[in-house]
Amino acid sequence: MHLRSMLLAGATALTATGAAAECAFDNDTPVKMLSAGFEAWKSVTDAMAECGNFEAELDQEFRTKQPAAFAADPSLYHLGGVSNGTITPLLNQGTVRPLDALVEEYGQHLKPNQLIRVDGQIMAVGMMVNTQHLMYRKDIFDELGLDVPKTYDEVLEAARVIEESGVVEYPLGMTMKSGWNIGQDFNNMFIGYGGWFYDDEGMPTVNTEAGVSALETMKALTEYADPEVLVSDSTYVQQQFQQGMIAMANLWASRGGAMDNAEESQVVGDVYAAAAPRAVEGGPPATTLWWDGIVVARNITDAEAEAAFRVAMEGINTEMVQESNDEAIWLIDGYQPNRLAEGAIATATTQPAPPSYPSTSQMGLMHTALGNELPAFFTGKRSAEATLAAVEEAYITAAKEAGLLE
Amino acid sequence: MKFRTFAAFVAPSIVMMLIFIAFPLVTVFLNSFRITQPVVEQVEVETCTAGFLEQTCTTEIKTQPVLDAAGNQVTTTEWVGWLSYERVLGLAAMGEALAEGAWAGILNIDFWKALRFTLTFTLITLPLVIGLGLAIAIAVNNAARSLKGPVIFVSLLPFIITPVIGALSIRWLFYGDGIVTALLEQWLATDISVAANGWAIEFLMMFYRVWHVAPFAFVIFYAGLQTVNQDTLESAIIDGANRWERLKYVIVPHLMPLIIFVALIHLMDAYRAFEEVVGFSSQAYRITLQWLTYDLLTPDDAGNRAISRASASAMLTMVGIMILLIPLLRRTWRDHHGES
Repeated sequence: MHLRSMLLAGATALTATGAAAECAFDNDTPVKMLSAGFEAWKSVTDAMAECGNFEAELDQEFRTKQPAAFAADPSLYHLGGVSNGTITPLLNQGTVRPLDALVEEYGQHLKPNQLIRVDGQIMAVGMMVNTQHLMYRKDIFDELGLDVPKTYDEVLEAARVIEESGVVEYPLGMTMKSGWNIGQDFNNMFIGYGGWFYDDEGMPTVNTEAGVSALETMKALTEYADPEVLVSDSTYVQQQFQQGMIAMANLWASRGGAMDNAEESQVVGDVYAAAAPRAVEGGPPATTLWWDGIVVARNITDAEAEAAFRVAMEGINTEMVQESNDEAIWLIDGYQPNRLAEGAIATATTQPAPPSYPSTSQMGLMHTALGNELPAFFTGKRSAEATLAAVEEAYITAAKEAGLLE
Repeated sequence: MKFRTFAAFVAPSIVMMLIFIAFPLVTVFLNSFRITQPVVEQVEVETCTAGFLEQTCTTEIKTQPVLDAAGNQVTTTEWVGWLSYERVLGLAAMGEALAEGAWAGILNIDFWKALRFTLTFTLITLPLVIGLGLAIAIAVNNAARSLKGPVIFVSLLPFIITPVIGALSIRWLFYGDGIVTALLEQWLATDISVAANGWAIEFLMMFYRVWHVAPFAFVIFYAGLQTVNQDTLESAIIDGANRWERLKYVIVPHLMPLIIFVALIHLMDAYRAFEEVVGFSSQAYRITLQWLTYDLLTPDDAGNRAISRASASAMLTMVGIMILLIPLLRRTWRDHHGES
């Protein structure tokens, strides 16, 4: 991951020196940006680089660097790529600036949906949505006469049939790497069972029936997955898909483009996407909704902020979307949803709809506690109840130290 | 040497040690006894986020840090005594486990789980590193002159490779459908999942460490072998000592100070094991004390970091290393000052 992001950063740094090609204005103020390293960001930053004097750092470790880098005065970066999960520390520390005036002047073309507002003020400009949803091999499902599963009971049933047929090595791919990934997998399932993470006082509420059901369903699913699930992250599952080793997975919409990348994938055109399965009949799809977007640092001059914002607008305009249509579910005008976008759209428009991933301080602590404590359940060292009790205990300890609980 | 000259030569080193070792150590020590928290308030916030077609706005009570007039977080710092140590050691959970008589439950507490693995890791790799290092040194020493150069070069290679890259290359040989695993699967005609077994990961982590560090021991021992008194060796041969006896009664005693030196360095390094956890993604099965400190210090998505607990964990790691080193340091002390 490090290597890849360094290569990406290097590649963008090179393109940054290229001629100012299709930018509407000549940028003469140096602008720096820090964002995540996936394909959509590469397209966006490449488009920004056309304005000149622009340097982007695409780094999957951005989430640990961003808060400190933006808290510096002057800020080490002018622009930041964030999601609803990672904007929290920037809002908490007040290190990003309201964008109302800049949107008024340079962002008239933005759709209202793109303007992320906190208490009425525009704090970020969204560019894409993301969600974990069901991706499946349509050729295999057709061959075996299987319907696309709508609930996790149906997923298990389909997995059983696929396993018996022996067409792939493992019916399911799962992103359950210890840490953030396994925490997020639990979040999805827990929400699907109607659970919520903490109450109004900030006390944890995961050691519940919903929590136990979520863990049991996850455990049942692992029976059909690679036994090495506890080291497998999104990239690993993406590769399992590309190499034809798995038949379905609850995977990020932003990974869709990779399935049709002929240089890497042996299953071009075979992978389709559908709504994230439900955990219970009539419940929401067992997943969370995410957006990715751009923020502007507070600790820079107004002139720099203006230049940075104008560059950012060039990065997320219609031309960029037309060039990189399949790399994300864009919110930007001109986006044509393709075959792989259907899953995300179906997920987001299902009633009841899945919630957005909560951007709160408590959620950060809860996610860490889940990520560290859940593996013990899957390695068989602890029961579901004991594991969830340990999660709550770890959360309470961390929340007390962070000053969120008395 | 005149005191002024001595001071002039030593001063830069002392200043560096103060800045880069003593000062951070004092800070960590102090941080482990105090907790700095943001002052938070409960506010009702309306957040509008992007949906696929239109926005969804939610109003909820959020816990937010208070910002001062300049826009910086207001924080309070409180001295909390041993609280962070109690939290790192999981004393409350440990008490419960002991009360129930569930000894195994203690090993589910992060610190004790990490301590168990770190100690096993350190103490098992120690004799292997020394043994393997000595074996290579003796083999090279006895190799034909023309072979020495290439053999030394090859045996030093693992030591030159960047630690994380070394760990990753071994990971790639075994994890998933790695070459070695694929060969084993073909040979045994079964499905093997190395990374699904704690013990297998533990074995790989130790294998990597021995492979990586043995060349260091080899270099030291090889240098030591060049100073073995040839007369003593010859008289041992005349006395009828065989190879094994010469090794046991002449060479090893001669190398003893070096063996202790290598052991000291290895104990210090292995107890701070970290790159193995990252390289082999072993968090689900095995963690080390140093990784625990790192994990506490890493900010989560909301920017929270457990600095006080991380400091306590770092101090505990240091105490652990000192306890491990005591027997060896006492031996060195005795050797230098006689048995009195």
